[in-house]
Amino acid sequence: MNLRFISPKISQKIMKSVFWAAGFLAILILLIIVGYILIMGLPAFSLEFILGDPIDSGAEGGILPMIVSTIYVTLIAVIVATPLGVLAAVYIEEYAGEGKIVKTIRFGAETLASIPSIVFGLFGLAFFVVFLGLGWCVLSGGLTLALMALPTIMRASEVSIQAVPRSYREGSLAIGATKWQTVYKVVLPAALPGITTGIILGMARAIEETAAILYTVGAALTIPESIFDPARPLPLHLYILATEGISLENAFGTAAALIIILLGITIVTNIMVERYIKRMMGR
Amino acid sequence: MQRKWEEFFIEKSLFIAAISSIIIIFLILAFIWGEGLPAIDAVGFFNFIFGTEWSPSHDLYGVLPMIVGSLYITGLSLLFAVPLSLCCAIFLAEIAPSNMRKILKPTIQALAGIPSVIYGFFGLIVLVPVIREQFGGSGFSILTASLILTVMILPTITSIAEDAIRSIPHEYKEASFGLGATQWQTIKNVLIPAAIPGIITAIILGLGRAIGETMAVIMVAGNVAKIPNSIFDPARALTANIALEMGYAQGLHYNALFATGIVLFFLIVILLVVTNYIHYKKGVTIGGGYL
Repeated sequence: MNLRFISPKISQKIMKSVFWAAGFLAILILLIIVGYILIMGLPAFSLEFILGDPIDSGAEGGILPMIVSTIYVTLIAVIVATPLGVLAAVYIEEYAGEGKIVKTIRFGAETLASIPSIVFGLFGLAFFVVFLGLGWCVLSGGLTLALMALPTIMRASEVSIQAVPRSYREGSLAIGATKWQTVYKVVLPAALPGITTGIILGMARAIEETAAILYTVGAALTIPESIFDPARPLPLHLYILATEGISLENAFGTAAALIIILLGITIVTNIMVERYIKRMMGR
Repeated sequence: MQRKWEEFFIEKSLFIAAISSIIIIFLILAFIWGEGLPAIDAVGFFNFIFGTEWSPSHDLYGVLPMIVGSLYITGLSLLFAVPLSLCCAIFLAEIAPSNMRKILKPTIQALAGIPSVIYGFFGLIVLVPVIREQFGGSGFSILTASLILTVMILPTITSIAEDAIRSIPHEYKEASFGLGATQWQTIKNVLIPAAIPGIITAIILGLGRAIGETMAVIMVAGNVAKIPNSIFDPARALTANIALEMGYAQGLHYNALFATGIVLFFLIVILLVVTNYIHYKKGVTIGGGYL
């Protein structure tokens, strides 16, 4: 914008209101999207909806199997990705020093974080479903999601391990602990709140993901009895309901359930981070 | 002595965990490559990339319409998202009073946390009818997809650009104010030029997110596998091509969809290399700013 011929005082005023407008617009967009989904979705909400089985491909009935499916795939993703991510972060921060290896590992994690989710879906299909012969099931979907959650958990763990004061490690080493004992008994407990935040963020990524599970988890409408059964997590259910025109009312209900879960997670993480920062500052 | 062995063993195990992400990337490359290459071989590299017909029933596999579709949708969404996000970033970093920041920061976070399928659903129910009434046609169009993507990449660009602006040393600002510049003059002539490498990184990361997005685009873009003529035409993105047809693809068709994945993968790798180059050249640190 060329404001050269306008006096600096006026251009300052104009631009200041432009920035305020941008900020308000962002807030407005969030309110409209979340408000609309909640207002349209909450009427569908009832105990029967949350705890009921879908009837007639989801046109009637509830979403209990989808909630259970979401919990299953998310748990698998977190259980697989957490040890890998945390241990990788320990290696980078405590053992490797700064060098080529660390740079390569970081570039690897960054690349992994930027691969489009549909490419993860393709890989999950080719590797877990076909090559390992797991078929469309909770395990295939969960493992695919684990790959996506890994960089998130690793990065958050790295940052929180970095934030542990050096004096902690020195104190532990000085009383004769080995390096691993120091990591295990001193560094990791001190970094735990940050690592937990990372795990929750990884969890959120697994809950909301659709494209990566489209061709790995199947689309069964019943509660999976084992991890080798096909399932249908919430976002996939919403996608099918909306695009195949099965039931708009239940689509809104499912969308509202998803929003409530994810906003809940965002709020909990924020409170945790704030408490963590306060505790660190308080020392 | 035993302790030494134990430490050695632990260090090696940690190393294996650390390189797991690299192993995963190689596995992904190997499998996408392995399934996709037969299609590129059978169709021919140039016919695949520059072919304008995608018609699996006639064994015609040209991905150019999808490449153009992806570029159109992404380009237009950047056109909307970049000014808005930069204004938000500047607002957060320089102008907003602290109570406003306390509202806007979580807002941006929440926008990033909304699942892509919900954005797609909202677009399908709310935006598609609006576009249909305003501009005619079916409402499923490049414009619709771009508007939804704009909101989806806003958090990415805003938060990284905000970090970049915040990391500029205080003295720069004070010197500018000391010369009698207004706040806007300082932002325009000092802060933005100084933060430009970080801002470019932010834009590229937003671009990567837009190219990789599947669900939201699939639900509002119309998905017609033809090179679009205007922003009101429907278009099919690379990601959508895979997700739409994988369910029933057989034989060469199946391989051609993996080959589409290869194209997508390479677009993202190019973006990553560019970001890393800027990162390395200008010493920009992106605080965990993944795509």
